[in-house]
Amino acid sequence: MSAPTLAPEADRAAREARQAVAGEGLRTTRRRRHRRRLLVTVVLVVLAAALCVTALMLGDFRLSAGEVLRTLAGADQGAARFIVVELRLPRLVLGVLVGVAFGLAGALFQSVLRNPLASPDVIGISQGASTGAVVALLAVGATSGYVVPLSALAGGALVGLLLYAVAWRGGMTGHRFVLAGIGVAYVCTSVIGYLLTRNDVKEAQVALLWMTGSLGQADWALVRTLAVAVAVLVPLVACVARGLSLLMLGDEQAGSLGLRPEVTRACVVALGVALACVATAAAGPVAFVALTAAPVARRLLGDGTLALVQSALVGVVLVVGADVVAQHLLPADLAVPVGVVTGAVGGPYLIWLMASGRARTA
Amino acid sequence: MSAVLDTDTAAGPAAPGGPVGRVRPGAPAALRGLLALALLVVGLLAVSLASLMWGARDVAPGAVWDALVSPVTGDNDHLVVRDLRVPRTLIGLVGGAALGAAGALMQGVTRNPIADPGLLGINSGASLAVIVAIAGLGVTSTAGYLWFAFAGAAVAAVVVYGAASLGWEGVTPVKLALVGAAFTATCTSVITVVLLTDTRTLGEYRFWQVGSLANRPLDVLGTVLPFVVVGLALALAAGRVLNALALGDDVARGLGQDVTRGRLLVVAAVVLLCGSAVSLVGPIAFIGLVVPHVARAVVGPDYRWIVALSMLLGPVLLLAADVAGRLVARPSELEAGLVVAVLGAPVLIALVRRSRAVAA
Repeated sequence: MSAPTLAPEADRAAREARQAVAGEGLRTTRRRRHRRRLLVTVVLVVLAAALCVTALMLGDFRLSAGEVLRTLAGADQGAARFIVVELRLPRLVLGVLVGVAFGLAGALFQSVLRNPLASPDVIGISQGASTGAVVALLAVGATSGYVVPLSALAGGALVGLLLYAVAWRGGMTGHRFVLAGIGVAYVCTSVIGYLLTRNDVKEAQVALLWMTGSLGQADWALVRTLAVAVAVLVPLVACVARGLSLLMLGDEQAGSLGLRPEVTRACVVALGVALACVATAAAGPVAFVALTAAPVARRLLGDGTLALVQSALVGVVLVVGADVVAQHLLPADLAVPVGVVTGAVGGPYLIWLMASGRARTA
Repeated sequence: MSAVLDTDTAAGPAAPGGPVGRVRPGAPAALRGLLALALLVVGLLAVSLASLMWGARDVAPGAVWDALVSPVTGDNDHLVVRDLRVPRTLIGLVGGAALGAAGALMQGVTRNPIADPGLLGINSGASLAVIVAIAGLGVTSTAGYLWFAFAGAAVAAVVVYGAASLGWEGVTPVKLALVGAAFTATCTSVITVVLLTDTRTLGEYRFWQVGSLANRPLDVLGTVLPFVVVGLALALAAGRVLNALALGDDVARGLGQDVTRGRLLVVAAVVLLCGSAVSLVGPIAFIGLVVPHVARAVVGPDYRWIVALSMLLGPVLLLAADVAGRLVARPSELEAGLVVAVLGAPVLIALVRRSRAVAA
């Protein structure tokens, strides 16, 4: 189908031969890519599943993998059930949901804005949410319950709307959106800096803990709320995914293929903001997940496609893996929040990937 | 993400007519550049005067002049001007110039309009070193932070540039940007662990981290000044290199530009400038982000002008922020680092909105 069609009319036999060869080459490449895609996806799923089981096994009361699986299947009752379902599962599910949401949000922003640095924590969404939470924690003095997540949600959403209003000017370009976002991010950082320096150092530390991102506050009510949000948003992402990959061809190409670039872009940005906001509200702006997930997934695939599913999986692996490390490998008295480990592990990994990788970038 | 970084988003509108480095800039651009330079010099004098005059205690212009020319011992106004305002103003001038120039260089070398001086991991490297100084060694003075910040910045730049140059395609703008971001995240993690476990360090660090011009002794400036001067000289010399790099590596090579050497030169300048600025005023990266955009809006994509204008715009913004910070919260004050974003962000957003560049 994409073999040369403009070959001279005269030498028909030669052309057909060429077409056959080219077609064969194309098919082989495509098959190889397809196989790699499948392999990467399967490996990521297995890795994520293994990490999830590990997370359920480890703790003060160790369980075997078999016990965990039996309990999950509903066969085991009693102590194991209480430990797994009531104590460990909420935290794990929260980690999985947050990983999916951040992984997708990062992938959406980076593709639609065409800048590998354009993750929610760079373009101000996370800072907006953090400002909301820090205002609630330090200025209003909220302590617990839903006040902090809700004001984080409001802060992030407000920044998203503001950016959209500001960057829209007879159409939205990624360039405008990203720069405006960074400007807003700096303003938010200033507000946070102000609040951190004008309050008691102990309270500043509480705010800092929130801003690092942690899963320690997980309970079923929170998980359920987040799960509903993610369950609504992920199918919507699947709906725009095709339009987004057409958009990667450039506005004119996409337009000639029957897409309305502005509408698609607006939808993608809105979804990215929503995903980043709900995840941040639930767990804080877990550092680095949104920024790394997509570049890592694309590096693994190496075929220049969108890699949304793989980005979400990388997000899950990163968050759950980091939480296992934070809870069980590091000294317990440090009580390291997950956001510290995602940065400390993800950072060097991305550097290594960049330094060791082949020609395709991002 | 195929066209990962649009090369021409970095240079704003695409560079006009061929190899910019060798073509004489058109008369309008040169005229506008000179005009802007003149205006900026006036602006710089104005904010410097304002910075000497205004604060918790206002000093009349005449008294400022007397304080500078023929100080009277025992006169409180003269004391305030000479001991507090002059160091502060000088530090603002030097720090602002360094940050502005570093930002222009950084955006040029990474071809990314969202690059700021902190992108190479310089700010976070410096911050990490300052944390080590506070938490590990008990350093509490600005003069004490100085060398740590500088060393941290240098180490960060070497690590990031080194890692980005591995792999067979060598240093590319995308790799540089991503490796810098990754390094920043790693440092931030370590910093966070320390801050979460050590309340005393958090108490010190949160004030350093917002960035301020206040309470810096003048001898700190003396230590940093040689580095800044060398860095600014390199920056001015690098305009031509950046113009060539803006066209893409291949074109730049075709024009006879040694891309690797040029890039190393620019990065060296960034380390000198940004390292000095961070150790002087703390991590105020935003100036380096906004200022080159303003300069570009005035003089177009020629980096020789952008760097020169950024050098003057940086101190204007930083000092204006510092003065505003002193005036809004009298008799107390807001740190310049906090005010910069509030002043700069609307400018940036207005510029971004104005640009019709459909670069996406």
